[in-house]
Parts: sequence; C-alpha cells; structure tokens
Amino acid sequence: MLSMQHISKVYRTDLVETHALRDFSLEVSDGEFVAVTGPSGSGKTTFLNIAGLLESFTSGTYLLDDQDVSKLNDNERSRIRNQKIGFIFQSFNLIPDLDLFDNVDVPLRYRGLKAAERRDRIHRALETVGLASRMKHVPAQLSGGQQQRVAIARALAGEPRFLLADEPTGNLDSLMARQVLDLLEEINENGTTIIMVTHDPELARRAHRNVQVLDGQVTDFRPYEARPVPVADTESSEAAPGA
Amino acid sequence: MFAYYVRLALKSIRRNAVLSSLMVSAIGIGIGACMTVITVYYMMSSNPIPHKSERLFAVQLESWEAPGPYDLDNPELLPELITYRDAMNLLQSDVADRSTAMYESVFTLEPENPDINPMLAIGRFTTADFFSMFEVPFLYGGPWALDGNGNPPEDAAVINFETNETVFGGENSVGRTISLDNREFTVVGVIDQWQPTPKYYTAHNDDFGQTDDVFLPIVINESWEKQNFGNTNCWGDTPMNSFGDFLNSECVWVEFWAELSSPDKRAEYESWLQGYVAEQKQLGRFPIENARVQVSDVMEWLEINRVVSEDVRVLLGLAFMFLAVCLLNTVALLLAKFSGKAPRVGLRRALGASKASIFRQNLVEVGVIGLAGGAFGLLLAWLGLRGVNAVNMGRYDRLVDMDWQLVSFALLMSIAAAIVAGLYPTWRVCQVPPATYLKTQ
Repeated sequence: MLSMQHISKVYRTDLVETHALRDFSLEVSDGEFVAVTGPSGSGKTTFLNIAGLLESFTSGTYLLDDQDVSKLNDNERSRIRNQKIGFIFQSFNLIPDLDLFDNVDVPLRYRGLKAAERRDRIHRALETVGLASRMKHVPAQLSGGQQQRVAIARALAGEPRFLLADEPTGNLDSLMARQVLDLLEEINENGTTIIMVTHDPELARRAHRNVQVLDGQVTDFRPYEARPVPVADTESSEAAPGA
Repeated sequence: MFAYYVRLALKSIRRNAVLSSLMVSAIGIGIGACMTVITVYYMMSSNPIPHKSERLFAVQLESWEAPGPYDLDNPELLPELITYRDAMNLLQSDVADRSTAMYESVFTLEPENPDINPMLAIGRFTTADFFSMFEVPFLYGGPWALDGNGNPPEDAAVINFETNETVFGGENSVGRTISLDNREFTVVGVIDQWQPTPKYYTAHNDDFGQTDDVFLPIVINESWEKQNFGNTNCWGDTPMNSFGDFLNSECVWVEFWAELSSPDKRAEYESWLQGYVAEQKQLGRFPIENARVQVSDVMEWLEINRVVSEDVRVLLGLAFMFLAVCLLNTVALLLAKFSGKAPRVGLRRALGASKASIFRQNLVEVGVIGLAGGAFGLLLAWLGLRGVNAVNMGRYDRLVDMDWQLVSFALLMSIAAAIVAGLYPTWRVCQVPPATYLKTQ
C-alpha cells in the first residue's frame, strides 16, 4: 500500500544544501506494524512527513495505494490525509481550548460527515482509548498518557488505512508508554497499518519490522526476529511481546 | 461549517483577548468616526419626501437685472426666491396641479392663558395648498377653508404641535384664539409632529431648523404689513415708501412651489413660465435678454441650495482616510495574531484541512472581529453624534439619529472593512507548511 522508491529530499538555502533523505526506498504492506529507528537527524521525521503527505520530496516515486502522490494538488493531498492517514505526534498536538470531544471532532469536520455520524465515531474512538467519560474535559485536565490516548482517538475516529506515529511515547513515562504501545498493538491487530518513528529500541522491538535509517538512507529493514540482538538488550528483547 | 467556524472564532478571540480587543478598538474607532460623519451626511442628503419628491418643484425666475449676476460666486444660479408680484401671478395659473407661495415672519405670541408668558413665534405666510402639497399631518382640524371667491378667512391660523403643547397644553385647540402681535387669530388646525429633514420647502434658509410655529394665509399680510423675516434681495432704484411699494418691487423674497404630476406636466409648466416671462418682458420687466426659468424637484433643489455643504464632504473623505489608517493597524495586529496561530493551522492542515478551509475559518474570525468592531463603532458614533448635537446646542437633533439602515450599513461596512484588512494575514497563515510546527508544539 505504501511504496517509496529512490526518494530524496533536499533542503536548499542560498548557502547550503542539506540532504534529509537520499535514495530512500521502502515498501510497507497492509496490516504491517513498522518501526523506523535511527539517531536524531537521520531523516526519520522527514520520511514520516513525506509518507503523511505533509511535505513534498525532491525526487523519486511515492505510490500510496498505487496512486502517484507527486501528481496530487494541495486539496487532493488534504483529502487523502483526512481520509486515509491518522497522525500521532510526540507532543500530542491537541488543541488546548477544545474539549476532548471537539479535539477528536477536528478531522471529522473536514471530512464533511453529518453530525450524528461524527458523534457516533467520536464516542466509539474515545471508548476505545478508555476516555469516553471525560469527553467534556480539556486536555490540560488530563495526564500526558491520557492526552496521547486522545490523540490516538482523534486518529482512529477517521478510520484511517494507516497510522503514522512520530515518537508517540517520547513525552511519557514508562508505564504510560507501555499503555500507549499496547493500544497501538491492539489497533494494528484490528487491521490498521502503523508506521512508528522512534529512537527507542525497546519500542521498536514490539513492531513487526524494524527499518533503520541513517543519514537519510534505509540501512536495514529486516523483521525484528531476524536481527542480531545486542547483548545488553537480550533480557528486554525476550520480554518484548512483539518479538 | 459556518457555525463551527464562528465557534472557533469566538474561542480564538477569547484566547487572544488583548490582541482581539485592540483590533476591535481599532476597527471600532475607525467605524465610529466614519459613521458619525456618514450619519450627518446621510440625514442631510436624504430625500425628505421620497414618494413625492419628483412631483414637487421649486420655481425660479431670472427677474434679476443685467449685467451683474444674482450670485457673483455662482453666476449660473438663478435667484432662489421670486418677487411677490410674480408669486401672486403664478398662483393664478391653473397649469400646475397645485402651487403655493410662502415667506417667513416673526410675531410675539400671547396665549389666552395669562399664566403663560408671551413668546416669540416663527410664522409662515402661505396658502392653503401648502399643507396638502407638503403632506402636512394634522392632529386637530385642518387648513383654513377658502370662501366662494377663493379668499381665506382673515383670522385663521394653523399652529404646530409644539406651540399647541406650550400654549394649550396639548388639548384640541381648534376654535381657540391666539394673539399675534396684538391681532387675534382663531386656530383652525393643529399640525401633528412633523419635521421634514432637511426642511426642503425652505431649503435656502435654515435647512435643518424647527418647523414654523404658526401658519397664516399669505394674502392677509397685504394689509397687515408684517415684515419678511427671511432673505430679501433687491436691485434697481425702485422707490419704497410703503409696504405696498415693497410688494410691488422687484425684490425677491418669496418661495414658490408647484406640484406637477408628470414629466409632461413639468414640460408644460416650464413652457408656460417662459410665456409668462415673455409677457412680463413686454411690460418692461425681466431685463436680462434671455431670462431663464427653472423648476427643480426636491432633490435637485437640495443640490442647488448645497444643503450638504462642502465641509461635510471634506469631512467625509477625512473620516474614510482615518478608517483606512485604523485598518492598517488592524492588518498589523492580525499578522501578529495569525503568526501565533501557525502551529494550530499546521495541525489542522495535517488533520485534513485544505488551504481553502483554513482561509474560510480565519476569514470568519476576521468577520466576527469586524462585527464586534462595528458594534463598538456604533456606540462611539452614537456618542459622537450626541457630541455634535451638544456642540450645536441641539440644532441638529434630527441629524444625529441613526435609523436601522445606517446601523445595518455600519455593521456591514465594519465586517467588509475587517475582511479586507484580514485578506493578507489570512492568506499568509494559509501558506504555513503543515509539517513545520508539528514537532515543536
């Protein structure tokens, strides 16, 4: 469903050219849970932004559901983002003065759904993340983990084909992080493709596949089981349920 | 979506209360200044009798002596007034559906009730047709009736609402008497509250003043000999040893109006007037070779008399320039406000909002700010108009009233002005790349 071939992304200023991605190729199939790892500045987020149609790329081919996205105009890209893609961000990106109901409602508004259907989807999404009883609360009244669950509910309400998560547990403590990961796994088991950017190997182990990015290129994309396990990580990798 | 955008706008305004208040104030001050002047302009230039203004005509005759023009500054203009002789002659014509002549005078009015002090009363000598031509509403009674020879009663008077309130306590005073300069008059009619704005039937003099206190038949003054209180312009060396000489002189001091029911009738009347002038020329009058005649409907008459002064027009221009300055400030404030919104815009774009959606959403917000600015501006305009009236000691009482049309106009202008001011900031915020702020929120 997602196919990137020889993608490059170059940021140009008057003085400098920065290659965020170079000859980046990746295929992701329906229902996969892919972790994208790599050090800071390696191009993970740029990849995710391009995958989510938030940024354009300099060269290469990107097919999403066999559709060449480079030919899409702004309106079409917005529509695909709205209908096919769900986003989860490290800093949750909830709108502070909207309550949970209205936060989850945001993408549905742009879908043009009728009020009854929107209400129904919002309730279901918030129930899925266990926050239906707090839908009239504003984000500031929730913990970080709860806020991230609201962000997940917002992504789920649109019933996306795939979920792009950028460091979804980066701002959470370990307990909250585990809950969010459990939730993502559950969503994936229900058929939603997930691409998760992280630099935490612990989280990456719970994905079906781990794609390593270094200097804007994919350096390794084996299933996690096939990868050599570092000695220091043996214990935790054995405990990882996704392994 | 519109209701959703309005809800978001209100939240956004609350979130940035200080910036929003500054914008509302900037727009409000501009609109307030504009609306103060616009209201005065609108009331000055409004049609005081819209359903009939095209059938009422002020009559001008060029009876003035050559070579000097009547108005040195505007030589193309004819005298606004005509001679008493011409007025009486024109009243005899049956070409017009109706016609009336009039001039102003001043009396000392002594009420029947000795407890009420005598007062100064502005009077108008005119004909009975004055009331029907200008659709004067009566509270009690009506105009004086003419006898079989077409003559009015010698002692009939019509008083206005305010005089009736002062002298008779608002009672039906028909049949009661008033004394004007020691002459007894019987009240035959009481005018209801009536204040055409501008006071078009005598637009050359006190355009926005009160209506006259007392109306009397014009012909009775031929023997009573009360002086004209309005403008009187004379030429030549006509001897004036008596009031009769004044009535027969070439002095112009009488206003004359004709009611003409159609354009054909107007053309016929103009033609008749030209014939009249030719006839008078043969009698040695109207010395200018091609003496002109002119009939002007109500709006033409107000224009000729420059009821809306040049000062007001200049002030109107300045008010709009001031509004433009206020809007420039609003643009700067909007740029500041919208730059703070960039992360939210990026998020909404990521969640599927198109640029057009973001544009509409922010334009609605600008419109809401404009509406609030308009409401604030109306309040300022109301205060400004009260101020204008206070400075002029209440003379512009009727000029400073805003009707629903002006209120609607103010709000629409405010919204439109805010949207114009908001176009660039809104367009700018729509250019935010969605990904830019997602990581940094």
